[in-house]
Amino acid sequence: MNLWREFSKGLWRDLPPFRVVLGLCPVLAVTKSAIGGLGMGLAVVFVLTCSNILVSALRHVIPRKVRIASYIVIIASFVVTVELVTQAYMYPLYEMLGIFIPLIVVNCIILGRAEAFASRNGVLASAADGLGIGLGFTMSLTVLGALRELLGAGTLFDKPVMPLIYQEHPFAMMVEAPGAFIALGVLLGLMNAVTATKGT
Amino acid sequence: MNEMVRMVVVLSLICGVCALALSGLRTATAEQIERQILTYLEGPTVRTVLEGAENDLIEDRQKVEIDGKEMTLFVAKRGGEVWGVAYETVGSGFGGDITVMVGYDLTDDELTGVQIVSHKETPGIGSKITMDQYTRSFIGMPLSSDFRLETAGGDLDAITGATYSAQGRAEAVRRSVELYPEVKARLQDEIAEGL
Repeated sequence: MNLWREFSKGLWRDLPPFRVVLGLCPVLAVTKSAIGGLGMGLAVVFVLTCSNILVSALRHVIPRKVRIASYIVIIASFVVTVELVTQAYMYPLYEMLGIFIPLIVVNCIILGRAEAFASRNGVLASAADGLGIGLGFTMSLTVLGALRELLGAGTLFDKPVMPLIYQEHPFAMMVEAPGAFIALGVLLGLMNAVTATKGT
Repeated sequence: MNEMVRMVVVLSLICGVCALALSGLRTATAEQIERQILTYLEGPTVRTVLEGAENDLIEDRQKVEIDGKEMTLFVAKRGGEVWGVAYETVGSGFGGDITVMVGYDLTDDELTGVQIVSHKETPGIGSKITMDQYTRSFIGMPLSSDFRLETAGGDLDAITGATYSAQGRAEAVRRSVELYPEVKARLQDEIAEGL
């Protein structure tokens, strides 16, 4: 049905950041570990779903000329909510994500969904859209983080998985900045290859 | 004109409601956030500089006003007796403020340790000031020591390549030591009143 379609498009057809190559700043910066990717992803799920719902609910109230300013205020409020709550209850995660939590405000995916989807569709559809895109984003970031952590440190979710000899001499570049670009590029290429052979 | 009014009203309302909600949330989480910062940032440093304390250092912290500034004192007890105190001071390093936690033995009037709570020094160079091998030398220093770097005629070791950072740390420790007499006097008052 319709809601399911809005939800599931975020999981493959419009999967961020691979299909919709937006919001790359956190994608590259916080995926040093699977936990970092998962944490950032869940923060985005919350902000995106809530802002989509509110923007959609207010879509007939907000005048067109001030819509972007209104969206940003709404998004920023949810981001500060995430920031305060993680600081109060998940302090280690808050320290790990650092400046990238406040930076969710300027993540293009969120403003993009508000402008392109939530401001034109009903509340339920917007919620499904936000949840789907958000979970897709979480999935991508977790996979990317897991890959980099596995190769760069030999661990997965902080649990050692690779042989000890690998953990002592890991391919450390993968957790540094170049590794982020390489991992993202390889995954993007793989996804395109799958799409090219199977079609969407 | 009508549209103009509507724009102003709607945007103001959105901002107002958001601000109200956030200030409410901030008040609601403030206490929990303070506890988290104490646990994750200051907690480990306090426990290191006051090693051997038998009480819960975070739980037994005291808020006092010294020189018109509010300070948090971490009081260490052993066998029911107060024996040590630790508090934070700030010095300016190469990249920004260096916050240090200095612990004192109240009976012998000497340092029980120095730990860095937070800093913005260059990773790998200035950040050496946090390493055990460069903080160990503070342990057991008497208060009569000259808390300047040895290059300036003091008693503290400099760190090669990290002069500014070591100076910033020394400055913070110096400020801490300057406050000590007053802190000790205040604590003795409180002990007399039954801490």
